[in-house]
Amino acid sequence: MSAPDPSPGSPLGALIARDIRLALRQGADSMMVIVFFVLVVVLFPLGVGPEPAILGRIAAGVIWVAALLAAMLSMDRLFQTDHEDGSLELLVLSPLPLELQFLAKATAHWLTTGLPLIIVAPLLGLLLNMAPAGYPVMLLALALGTPSLSLIGGVGAALSLGARRSGVLLSLLVLPLFIPVLIFGVSAVDAGLTGSAAKAQLLILGGLLLGAVALAPWAAAAALRQAAE
Amino acid sequence: MGQFTGSGLSSFRGQRLVFRGLDFDVGEGAMLHLVGPNGSGKSTLLRIMAGLLPVIEGQLRWDGTPLAEDRDGHRARLLYVGHADAVKGALSVTENLQFWCDMSGGGDMAGALERFNLGSLADLPARFLSAGQRRRLNLARLAAVPAALWLLDEPAASLDIASAAILEQAIARHLADGGCAVMASHGRHPPDGMVLALDQYAGNMADLGDPVL
Amino acid sequence: MHRFANPTRFLKLISALQPWAMGISVLCLATGLYFALIVSPADYQQSETVRIMYVHVPASWMAMFCYSALAGASAAGLIWRHLTAFVVARATAPIGAAFTFLALATGSLWGKPMWGTWWVWDARLTSVLILLFLYLGFIALEGAFDDRSRGMRAAAILAIVGAVNVPIIKYSVDWWNTLHQPASVVKLDGPAIQSSMLTPLLLMAVGYTAFYFWVMFVRVRAEFNDARIQALRLRHSQA
Repeated sequence: MSAPDPSPGSPLGALIARDIRLALRQGADSMMVIVFFVLVVVLFPLGVGPEPAILGRIAAGVIWVAALLAAMLSMDRLFQTDHEDGSLELLVLSPLPLELQFLAKATAHWLTTGLPLIIVAPLLGLLLNMAPAGYPVMLLALALGTPSLSLIGGVGAALSLGARRSGVLLSLLVLPLFIPVLIFGVSAVDAGLTGSAAKAQLLILGGLLLGAVALAPWAAAAALRQAAE
Repeated sequence: MGQFTGSGLSSFRGQRLVFRGLDFDVGEGAMLHLVGPNGSGKSTLLRIMAGLLPVIEGQLRWDGTPLAEDRDGHRARLLYVGHADAVKGALSVTENLQFWCDMSGGGDMAGALERFNLGSLADLPARFLSAGQRRRLNLARLAAVPAALWLLDEPAASLDIASAAILEQAIARHLADGGCAVMASHGRHPPDGMVLALDQYAGNMADLGDPVL
Repeated sequence: MHRFANPTRFLKLISALQPWAMGISVLCLATGLYFALIVSPADYQQSETVRIMYVHVPASWMAMFCYSALAGASAAGLIWRHLTAFVVARATAPIGAAFTFLALATGSLWGKPMWGTWWVWDARLTSVLILLFLYLGFIALEGAFDDRSRGMRAAAILAIVGAVNVPIIKYSVDWWNTLHQPASVVKLDGPAIQSSMLTPLLLMAVGYTAFYFWVMFVRVRAEFNDARIQALRLRHSQA
């Protein structure tokens, strides 16, 4: 007889759990994203020169851009395997609304990509000689910005599903849409570094995140239905 | 449980008019076989019935209600088996089926595995399954989750004779319980029951007046 | 509007309008340029370089106008499944991208003598640059699929998602301290610019708009003819 059944879960929880389980079991993928993040950041002292003052000035921007590029790498796989193995059409047909399913997938993506990036970021701040005053704000700003990236990137992933060169296309679509988050994210850290309050920028980041939570599911669900046709 | 009807359905895919003016009627406990050569639109019709493809001409109804008015209900009452098996290699057989049960709000996972002879493979990572075993895992959803309407696209592909018999039994049980089903088959063995031959609805480009984009 | 979803009727309409669009465009651009380059006064601060304004400002208006048309046509195509709306969207995208590039380039040429720099990363310039990327993204996405209709529908969603950028561009000079000049024509209490400068500006704007319609009509007719040829070939091969 088979092993005891796992307890039945809610549809939303089951989807998040499945994606996390898949990401953990195929763990090399998450690891590669973190390694890429570190590599990109390491390139800057090598390219720009190791002078601590200069590195400290650009540290916030470099970490944000590197996090953005690293997250982009993992984005096109968000729906790719589901599309290829036929799971996507079954998900589109399941009773749970597709918009909620998208939020679940974006959440799982953030937990397995965005969260590790946030955890590694302080270490990279050390490499770039970022002043101590910047760290708390940076973590907070990344915590508000990386979920937006999972959401906006998810829309791009859904739109470019099944396209030729979908990886590059995805970046072309998502990076312009992400520029406002980038601008305010770096501005927040810079404010923290100069000692002024970063409250306005953080509030705007929060607003952008709420906007993404509200709007991205509709666009992504429409795109996913098109892809499943 | 319900009656599934369609009238005047057309499909235009990739600059080709696949079929036009197609009607069907499947009542409780009834099975509709779709037959026709490759390219006649069997898969396309099943996908339109499922709601994956939009209805551009004609109408689909369940118990008289147009599907457009009750999309959520339609998704909740159907099970679709397509060409691909939707099996995740990194998850075990049990985890795969349990996921689909959870997505539908519950079902008899263990019983379904037994019925499709997968009980002994329950904890095996799905990437070690053969093609036939994957197909059985996909089909096990039919036994696990209750649904009024089954839409099956060549479900017996890659199944051996014993497994095909299990599938037939599952279908028979479903029809006896009052469910209905639509199945596309290669037509190698002429099936009994209602048959819809799609090539009689094949469209001719000349039927369309002005060329459509 | 739904009457014109029928391709034949739509084609009849734009074929009739096309010569008018051409005529108005040529006339307005000619007179507008005459007024702009010769008749209108030189600015007391900027002297002759102010004349770039007559090319730059209408181009930026067109960049936003074309994007609104793109988003509107995309929405019409998605909601009502009018293929003609999609044809209009496809035709509009490169024209809008060209106007955006023109606005950025002429703005840069104007900025050097006026502000001392070719480029500055303020809210207005950055959001117009994002607009250019949105146009390019639309064009790229539309052509990235083997199934052309899938590409068009995905691009349509992108166009609608990016439409949020247009009000940001318009109000960016009000919301943020930017180097770029705040609104002086399209304001709630009327234009704040004298008529000798307003006239050529409006003439150029009308000229550009008519130019857009002219080129868009040409592109739409070309695409319909292309589709007809393809369909006839297909019919011929099936017969």
